[in-house]
Amino acid sequence: MSRVRFRLNGADLAEDVASRLSLADLLRDRHNLTATHLGCEHGVCGACTVLIDGEPARSCLTLAAACDEREVESLEGLVADPIIAALRDSFHRRHAVQCGFCTPGMLISARDLIRRGRADSEAEIRAGLAGNLCRCTGYTNIVSAIAEAAVALGPVEGRRT
Amino acid sequence: MKPAAVDYVRARSLAEALDLLARPNVEARVMAGGQSLVAMMNLRIASPDLVVDIARLPELTAVTEEESTVFYGACVTHAAIEDRRVPDPSRGLMPQVAEGLAYRAIRNRGTLGGSLALADPAAEWPSVLIALDAAAVIAGRNATRSVMCKEFVTGVFQTRLAEDEILTTIWVPKLSVEARWGYVKLARKSGEFAASLAVAVRDPARGYARVVVGAADGAPLILDNATRLCVGGALDHAAARSAIAADLARAADRQFDDFHRNLHAVAALRAMTQACA
Repeated sequence: MSRVRFRLNGADLAEDVASRLSLADLLRDRHNLTATHLGCEHGVCGACTVLIDGEPARSCLTLAAACDEREVESLEGLVADPIIAALRDSFHRRHAVQCGFCTPGMLISARDLIRRGRADSEAEIRAGLAGNLCRCTGYTNIVSAIAEAAVALGPVEGRRT
Repeated sequence: MKPAAVDYVRARSLAEALDLLARPNVEARVMAGGQSLVAMMNLRIASPDLVVDIARLPELTAVTEEESTVFYGACVTHAAIEDRRVPDPSRGLMPQVAEGLAYRAIRNRGTLGGSLALADPAAEWPSVLIALDAAAVIAGRNATRSVMCKEFVTGVFQTRLAEDEILTTIWVPKLSVEARWGYVKLARKSGEFAASLAVAVRDPARGYARVVVGAADGAPLILDNATRLCVGGALDHAAARSAIAADLARAADRQFDDFHRNLHAVAALRAMTQACA
């Protein structure tokens, strides 16, 4: 067992975890934060992507024990985030969701692309989404929804000049 | 899948990490970024007794710069290199490599030293660091030593690192202003491991050139004939093709099929062309 003190979606927590427990299983099974999806469990599919210290990371490749003194945000913690709000709107209107399994990871990766100014063209968005697999949509509507949100948001803090 | 039961310790110092590795009858694995190790544990390809987390040790995350060399702590992330948050001795080569390595979520946690120490033949950093004539600093409990990266990687997932040692620092010589490089990664999908990887570096001011092919069924392959052609600068394509073919043929320990031999030849020629342009 390992003791972890970390911040989860704004709340300071301290708990004991089995050393082999992944952050994804901690979020899903103990905190019922089921927006984090587990697809491949080896870092390829991107469905489990969360933010650790503000940066996207694979929660399936992160031991919960290694999150001591880290800040973790799952999609549930980003409800009020302005970029996520714009993406929620554009994903809805552009029908960028079919089964929805990849959607939480897509939203977190898309938010990061917009935040880093890497969503300025279709090619850039497609390259930036290479680590998030969607088996339904063929990506077209996802890419256009992200492009639309990026335009709607205009210049974002930290965006490339 | 889920990992087998394991113990986890976040080391508070390099000395503590080295002590943990030296415990008798305990299979310990060092975790730098964990982006390969945890995947291997999930797939149960790796089932260590103990994971020693070194990711946040200050001495392993620092980067220092001297007149002719940049010293990277082993736990500098790919994303820090991609974003140029750390000095770049390679005149843009290392940031470009980092940008095409796996996916951003992986790059935020995966590390330069972790990649070199794992020595996955298809990974970018072993080939790139060899092409840049970088060296690795290895700490043991009793001594610290340096090994050139071209000698550090000895085979597929094999290095000169002993089980109780830790790769701490990677020093990369700075390219001079006139230096040129070429980098080609052939993969069917962005961010995937390479089917072939070629790096050509040419630095006439330092009298240095090297052409390296990775994902080549073994340790990264230095192409000696191609390297000699690269020194001059003006590249004769026909001569380059035969030099590369001779170098690939000379690598008697590799089992290239025709497709992969051709991939490596194409990648090497493209990288040399970029470096000699």
